[in-house]
Amino acid sequence: MPLHINGAGHPEFMTLPWSLPLEQWPTDQIAALPRGISRHVVRFVKLADRVVAIKETNASIAEREFVMLRELQRLGAPGVVPLAVVSGRTNALGEPLEAALITEHLQFSLPYRSLFSQALREETTTRFVDALAVLLVRLHLLGFYWGDVSLSNALFRRDAAEFTAYLVDAETGDLHASLSDGQRSYDTEIARMNIIGELMDLEAQGHLEDTVDPMAIADRLQERYDELWEALTQTATYTSNIPLRIATRVKELNDLGFDVSEMDMRETENGDALVMRAKVVDAGHHARRLMRLTGLDVQENQARRLLNDLDEYRVLVSHPSEDEGYSAHQWLMKVFEPTVRAVPREFRKKLEPAQVFHEVLDHRWFLAEAADHDVAMPVAVASYVKNVLPNRPDEQSVLGTPASELNAAEMTADLPALTAEVEARSQETPVFEGDNTGAWGRATEDEADATAPDDEPAPPPTVTRQSTKREPPAHKVPGSERD
Amino acid sequence: MATVTYDGASRIYPGTERPAVDKLNIEIADGEFLVMVGPSGCGKSTSLRMLAGLEDIDDGAIWVGDRDVTHVQPKDRDIAMVFQSYALYPHMSVADNMGFALKIAKVDKAEIRSRVEDAAKILDLTEYLDRKPKALSGGQRQRVAMGRAIVRQPQVFLMDEPLSNLDAKLRVQTRTQIAALQRRLGTTTVYVTHDQTEALTMGDRIAVLKDGVLQQVGTPRDMYDTPKNVFVAGFIGSPAMNLGTYQVFDGQAQVGRAKVTLSRDAIAQLKADDKNHVVLGFRPESLDRAAPNAEGAIPIEVDIVEELGSDAFVYGSIPNEFGESKDLHFAAGDSQVVVRIDPRDVPGKGDTIWVTIRGGEQHVFSAATGDRLNAATIHQDGIVK
Repeated sequence: MPLHINGAGHPEFMTLPWSLPLEQWPTDQIAALPRGISRHVVRFVKLADRVVAIKETNASIAEREFVMLRELQRLGAPGVVPLAVVSGRTNALGEPLEAALITEHLQFSLPYRSLFSQALREETTTRFVDALAVLLVRLHLLGFYWGDVSLSNALFRRDAAEFTAYLVDAETGDLHASLSDGQRSYDTEIARMNIIGELMDLEAQGHLEDTVDPMAIADRLQERYDELWEALTQTATYTSNIPLRIATRVKELNDLGFDVSEMDMRETENGDALVMRAKVVDAGHHARRLMRLTGLDVQENQARRLLNDLDEYRVLVSHPSEDEGYSAHQWLMKVFEPTVRAVPREFRKKLEPAQVFHEVLDHRWFLAEAADHDVAMPVAVASYVKNVLPNRPDEQSVLGTPASELNAAEMTADLPALTAEVEARSQETPVFEGDNTGAWGRATEDEADATAPDDEPAPPPTVTRQSTKREPPAHKVPGSERD
Repeated sequence: MATVTYDGASRIYPGTERPAVDKLNIEIADGEFLVMVGPSGCGKSTSLRMLAGLEDIDDGAIWVGDRDVTHVQPKDRDIAMVFQSYALYPHMSVADNMGFALKIAKVDKAEIRSRVEDAAKILDLTEYLDRKPKALSGGQRQRVAMGRAIVRQPQVFLMDEPLSNLDAKLRVQTRTQIAALQRRLGTTTVYVTHDQTEALTMGDRIAVLKDGVLQQVGTPRDMYDTPKNVFVAGFIGSPAMNLGTYQVFDGQAQVGRAKVTLSRDAIAQLKADDKNHVVLGFRPESLDRAAPNAEGAIPIEVDIVEELGSDAFVYGSIPNEFGESKDLHFAAGDSQVVVRIDPRDVPGKGDTIWVTIRGGEQHVFSAATGDRLNAATIHQDGIVK
């Protein structure tokens, strides 16, 4: 069978060395090795304009996963974007090689293991697990049975103060019209097992703080899942004040980040009560509202944060009676864009723009608290860019071990998977700051070690200024003293 | 250890008219290895998932031992789904990889160690227990994954196409290992595959499904020698059975130029609906070479000869100047018939060979219903393909 590439028409796909097993691809083509625990050989490959993940597996599995990921994408599930399936590969001797599935690397996503180069705090772990619970509920609402839920099979993106999880591996999954309780409970049971296994593995590696109890974390997944599932799918019976009840119910769902696109309401047999159940809910309530108002495409919690700022702007600066769309446009022009543009080009690979905006808002809050009065946005941005951002790592493509650090033996290792490479390498990779969504003005790694224990946030900066209005502010932050 | 009983179990997906699984009745004995096999969409995986608790059971019941599990949550059924391959944890020892599920279940440490050691003995992993998975070969890693399921000591193992992502060579090896392991453990096992060779080589019994309906359940020998209908006849065996619909005159089927005498019990079963036609089946190895124009001998024009050393197969067609034969179901592709012949006496392409169906090795099915008409067939060579 001749080489066959089915999927996105990307000319560079043809030029990749398909006649070599993925493990033997030349280092100049490999961007990195992945960090998760994988059954298959997976490599990240740099193309001219993007990074793609390539997974070797047999043709029918690759084909099936490709179709499944496409279908999930169509349904709006958070997951990686499939690009192509490569089959009919042969080596120079004409012997067949395994097929390959190409997916697009999700920018600014973090494999959970990349955050474990230093001991992981319980708080971060729980946020990962919360994100995974939300993902699982969303997939289950769409009728997707995952079959192998784990931290390794998801990617995480910063989403304001939380994380949002994305599905990476759909190999074991199945799409159904709807899931039975048995399927859902088995999926969460698998998730529990896998998370415990993954955390115990980190524990064995010495990358988990002693206070973190893997079983408690896994139980939390179950709790969060049950809570959210119940909140989204519960059937409620009301006897009075029905219009208010309906409005309240819709609001509750909105607050959870979901829109109700179909509500099932029926009267009871005797007609004295109303039974109500949200039949179809769509995640992304806030993201959609922000998209409608500003055209910004961001994640749900980021959208929440941006909308709060926008709503505040509308009340304080623009006018409450002003058209919402007009205010949004003003906010975009006068607040959001100047903030994002204030980030120098060389720092733009560190965080997504919406995440930068979220962090600037946090930074501003801390500055204001320290100063005991309001701090203008341009001031907060300047301080953030000067004191916080330079210390943040680049997160646009956090992939794993850079290929340049690999030796030939590892590149040609006989046995695939298990990511033995990771074991050997993870400690040598550039140290990635653990949890820093809430962080600001943190000292660099070395300084932090010298001055403060790792798990305590750095002290708030002292800000001394006269006024935010007249003269340029002369504020002082601990980090800047050391400049 | 336990028996498993499907008692008229049905699964009907909302919005579909035909059940995905229709009144399935199978009794699986304690310690038995049952393989469910059939083409895709036949309901085999759905049946397995019903047992696992992943599909609702819309009608009927499923029992594990003397316990009705129809409405029991998957994790409370004491059943283990064995994955094609688990992820192994690189920083945990082999023993921890195998035993961590027990730790979660709060089994005490000494008990975990003893169960892990028992499993390791069965899996030939004893000397590796304190090593990391990195130090193991691919096959050993796979056994560690199996060990994870074994230490839980479930009542039933379920396996859904566990070999589908292995290459051909490893598949054959692992197939043998799983079958041997199951026999050593003696745990009731239900195994799903689309591959009839896997079914024949692994199962104590095989259940063939099609369109959600159980076609036949029996030992590999039963399925091969006495398929209950045309579907099972065509599905089990490789190369597949030769099957064709022929007109019947005076107890003889008109096969091309040849007249093949049918067994009496088959003729006695013919109904008006069959309109004097039967589906006649014969396996590639059920034919003897005969002299040209001998009585009952079928001429076959040779298209291709496939020589395998120990065996040779002729792929050919039956010349049919009379045109009576229609609706042929031969599985041999463009060629219509497959014949196993003596590899030391091989005809050339384009030759005509003459063959007779060995006595008692005919399979006669109703042309109307596809059901078997004659009694059991006995093969001389006793080889199960």
